[in-house]
Amino acid sequence: MAQILPSSAELDGGGSAPVYAIAREGVVLKLSGQLRVGDAGPIWKALGAAMAGAKDGKLTLDFSDVSFIDGAIMSLVVQARAQLSERQVTAEIVGDDERTRALVHLYGGDEKAVRRKRRKAEGFIEQVGRATAAALGELRGVISFFGSMVASVAGVIKKPSSGNVAEIPSLVERAGADAVPIILLLNFLLGFVMGFQAARQLETYGASIYVADLVGISVTRELAPLMTAIIVCGRSGAAFAAELGTMRVSEEIDALRTMGFGPVRYLVLPRTIALLIVVPILTLLGDLIGIVGGLVVAVTSLRLTPIAYLNETRLAVTARDVESGLVKSAVFAVAIGLIACQQGFATSGGAQGVGRRTTSTVVTSLFAIVLIDAVFTVFYRVVGI
Amino acid sequence: MSDAFIDVKDLSMGWGPDAVLLEHATFRVEPGEVFAILGGSGSGKSTLLRYLVGLEQPLAGEVTISGVGHPNLEVGRPPFGVMFQGGALFGSMTLLENVVLPLTEWVDIPIDAATAMAHAKLKLVGLAGAGDKMPSELSGGMKKRAAIARAMALEPPLLFLDEPSAGLDPITSAELDKLLLTLKTVVGLTLVIVTHELASIFAIADRCILLDKETKSIIATGRPSELKDSSDTRVSDFFNRRTKAS
Repeated sequence: MAQILPSSAELDGGGSAPVYAIAREGVVLKLSGQLRVGDAGPIWKALGAAMAGAKDGKLTLDFSDVSFIDGAIMSLVVQARAQLSERQVTAEIVGDDERTRALVHLYGGDEKAVRRKRRKAEGFIEQVGRATAAALGELRGVISFFGSMVASVAGVIKKPSSGNVAEIPSLVERAGADAVPIILLLNFLLGFVMGFQAARQLETYGASIYVADLVGISVTRELAPLMTAIIVCGRSGAAFAAELGTMRVSEEIDALRTMGFGPVRYLVLPRTIALLIVVPILTLLGDLIGIVGGLVVAVTSLRLTPIAYLNETRLAVTARDVESGLVKSAVFAVAIGLIACQQGFATSGGAQGVGRRTTSTVVTSLFAIVLIDAVFTVFYRVVGI
Repeated sequence: MSDAFIDVKDLSMGWGPDAVLLEHATFRVEPGEVFAILGGSGSGKSTLLRYLVGLEQPLAGEVTISGVGHPNLEVGRPPFGVMFQGGALFGSMTLLENVVLPLTEWVDIPIDAATAMAHAKLKLVGLAGAGDKMPSELSGGMKKRAAIARAMALEPPLLFLDEPSAGLDPITSAELDKLLLTLKTVVGLTLVIVTHELASIFAIADRCILLDKETKSIIATGRPSELKDSSDTRVSDFFNRRTKAS
């Protein structure tokens, strides 16, 4: 069996095309010419074809006509030897010059051929076990984090100067002032869309004026706190997680720890307090602009006067409606802050880890927001708020 | 084997006319030699390397590699490999995947062959059996070795290494030096190394240049053993680890 294969052009093109050949005659596999990584594909194929059928015995790899071989092709030859060894074929390299011999030695071509063991695929039970252990580990981390948080709060109450208060104004600006435009726009659209959806139905029954009740109550009790929390979670929650995650992987948090700054006290508390300040304020703005959104629909679509709409809103929306929304938004703020900071602190594994934890922050926070909202809704209903 | 060489003519680099780091640098790296770029902290060693590989555009002058002008990294496969100071391994991939990546990108080759080649490279740098590890599981020395394996995946004739010995213990550092010497003598690589580790310089460098932060220039070129006894005190002080006060 003999096989001659010309080489392809050089990898990056433009260069002259050196020629190699791989041919097998009986128990001798002869390689010749220049064997370079650019031709690795066809060389690998040719080696496979030339070795086909070799079984039990000996095969000589004759390098006497090889004018150049690089490390990549040498590693393929070594791999081919290992495959031959599995078929009880001993492959011996002969006719190599000093440089090629050194390369053979460097790539282990003169060692006893060993086939790499394939890693056994993980079974279903192992996968479930590993995932469960990871989930439990995560839960333990969260509980431990909350514990540290409580301890830090106690520490700051005891000694207020240890609370890194100086960072709070800039955090308030980033999480609050910078978020105002998007909060206003989305809550306006929310009130507008709600009013619009309700307008046709209410008009049919001659109850157009009640659009003010519908928009006012639903925005203040439910929609503005929820929408504001979702925006804050996407903006500030993700930013906090990414920021702390990057600090974590670049050992900045460890540095803080070694300098005696409790990282929870130094980093988490200011962020959580900042959110606790800004989220209710943003929610209040959301309440107002949401009502304005409904007003625009009422005036343009239902031909109501602004005064009539606002009077109806004043009658329908009580202080308790607004307060219930604000209380909820404060709880959302704490949840977002704690989840984001916990995820940031739990980051490992470089850039990918930061991305993973940021995603996890948004998903977990959204889940927590909806869950907290449901709990509040039931609670308010039960206590009659 | 290699016809690679670097020709740097009248290179000026920096972040603008008011922030020049190095002016009128001229030197040449011959094929098959280990060439070290030396200098104190902040002298622009690593920045010079970024200019040599084409990551930055010079303010003036030119860099030629293998007779071709300043490398355009947007077009085609660069004729060199680079090991960055921290390794710059992709954190989302295992070591094996890091090494396989350039092979599958540039060589039309089945994945099993690419995997075999990558395993061989990892074994070559002393990381046999570590292919399944993630970069975050590695020590600094292992990351540097893995980065060398990745830089060598496509068998470039020229390797740039940024601080290969920095942060390593003396034994690991000596092992790395030995590996680099093997790459020079057996594989025939040309190596350009940015370092300030004197032990490594004397162990592996054929020639070197010394950058000076104050004059923003190359103040010495030659063999380390010659420069050690230079009459220029700035040069001999560097090689003899003498402080200005002494």
